[in-house]
Amino acid sequence: MRIIGLKCRNCGKKYPIDPISICEDCFGPLEVEYNYEYIREIISRKRIADGPHSIWRYRDILPVNEKVVDLGTGFTPLQKADNLAAVLGLKELYIKNDSVNPTFSFKDRVVSVSISKALEFGFDTVGCASTGNLASSVAAHAAKANLACYIFIPDDLNLAKIVQTLAYNPNLISVKGNYDEVNRLCTEIAGYYNWAFVNINLRPYYSEGSKTLGYETIEQLGWETPDRAVIPAGSGSLLTKIWKGYNEFKDLGLIDEVKTKITASQSKGCSPITSAYRSGEEITPVRPDTIEKSLAIGSPADGYYAIKVMKESGGTAGAATDREIIDGIKLLAKTEGIFTETAGGVVVGTLKNLVEQGEIEKDERTVIYITGNGLKTQDVLMEHLPTPVKIKPDLKAFEDILKKMDKKIDADTYSGVESKVRSVRSKIDEQIEEQTEVA
Amino acid sequence: MATMRLSTPLRKYSGGKPEVTVEGETLLEVLEKFDSKHPGFAEKIIENGEIKRFVNVFVNNIDVRTKDGLNTKIEENDTISILPAVSGG
Ligand SMILES: Cc1ncc(COP(=O)(O)O)c(C=O)c1O
Ligand SMILES: [Zn+2]
Repeated sequence: MRIIGLKCRNCGKKYPIDPISICEDCFGPLEVEYNYEYIREIISRKRIADGPHSIWRYRDILPVNEKVVDLGTGFTPLQKADNLAAVLGLKELYIKNDSVNPTFSFKDRVVSVSISKALEFGFDTVGCASTGNLASSVAAHAAKANLACYIFIPDDLNLAKIVQTLAYNPNLISVKGNYDEVNRLCTEIAGYYNWAFVNINLRPYYSEGSKTLGYETIEQLGWETPDRAVIPAGSGSLLTKIWKGYNEFKDLGLIDEVKTKITASQSKGCSPITSAYRSGEEITPVRPDTIEKSLAIGSPADGYYAIKVMKESGGTAGAATDREIIDGIKLLAKTEGIFTETAGGVVVGTLKNLVEQGEIEKDERTVIYITGNGLKTQDVLMEHLPTPVKIKPDLKAFEDILKKMDKKIDADTYSGVESKVRSVRSKIDEQIEEQTEVA
Repeated sequence: MATMRLSTPLRKYSGGKPEVTVEGETLLEVLEKFDSKHPGFAEKIIENGEIKRFVNVFVNNIDVRTKDGLNTKIEENDTISILPAVSGG
């Protein structure tokens, strides 16, 4: 048997595989317990590599037994980011581009697992509390699985996230309040209705889906962990599960070591995890005040464990201001051709800050996790972009405007970046040569 | 009298009922009074004089960690909710 049961992460009390997520003794979170000895016997690099091009290639270490609800999630590109690396002065940088999942965020990983589990448990109704990305993912998977669906969102959400979610035809409930209030309401509702709330009573199964981001990174790096991972943190679940994924591969004998310094990134306007990590104090809930909605969780349930992971791995935590988030979105787009939403802007902004502060060193092999698509948060970007030039359909009109544009192209676009890239790159190479000589 | 809503793991102290009426001037007093009739209840929520890490308590939908914690005043007709910390979405 692959799966043993559920176990309280706080006190160790054991439970059967049921739609429950909380320890009745200590209120701690329950986690799926696997029979690793058995899994070690069956799993191998080849078995994984021969599997489907989706998260289900890691089925041996996911908590689902029967048929899965799969829209084709996972096995997203790990793209080498030489242009961005050069601008930031890093030697080796990769982007795990998870913005290209079926509903355009990493949430499809957790939802594919949890909706499959909901079917296994025999539920006919599913739901979630969401900061936006989970909403569209749950609605899409519920549609595919023919399940009734109730989605709860804060009423100040980005328009595109609402439009996308509505298209899948769920019951969408917009709550006057912020995410923490939506989440509290749903936790209460879950106590009165026998529904499968993916991130409440199905949370032990849901959160396991995020491990696949860790597995894929290792596989795509040639069966190695990176030196550094920069991960967006809302509740902190994703971060702890990527770390768990790395370590499971080691424990299963698929890799020899985990050397990754795990680094959280949050927006300055909602950074309870980063603040607690940096001050060394317990997490205090905050009221989010930022353009970044995907990560706007003021009371992060997994924050305590996220901080433990950062300490254990020798990592750190950083944050980006609203301005830096916008700049981060634009920088990623214009250097690497990847258009991300605000959560990705947080990651790029935080990476830049931590490199500049010397907390991330230039020769670390770094992976950044870009977890959502830029089309979801166009509203916040709009006012920070130039308006397109408008001309008559006339050759002369074009040539007139081109003269003006040439200057702008030199100053601002790729050719400009490229020359900067070259000069920074040669500087790094010099520095690294010097360091190796000294050593 | 105030109302106290209990999440599922705590309903064994209320005979399975999701809501109970309670008395007390402060949150701590409410919890202790209820505990005197249903022994074992308070220790699920309080540890070393503080609300436990994985428990969230709301008074009229406001997290008491942003108010006065266990010393938060409880008025007539207030609603107290005791919920596990689950989030992420
Ligand atoms: C795009 C995106 N990235 C990252 C996260 C953070 O995930 P977690 O709450 O597990 O920390 C979320 C959602 O909360 C998200 O929508
Ligand atoms: Zn426990």
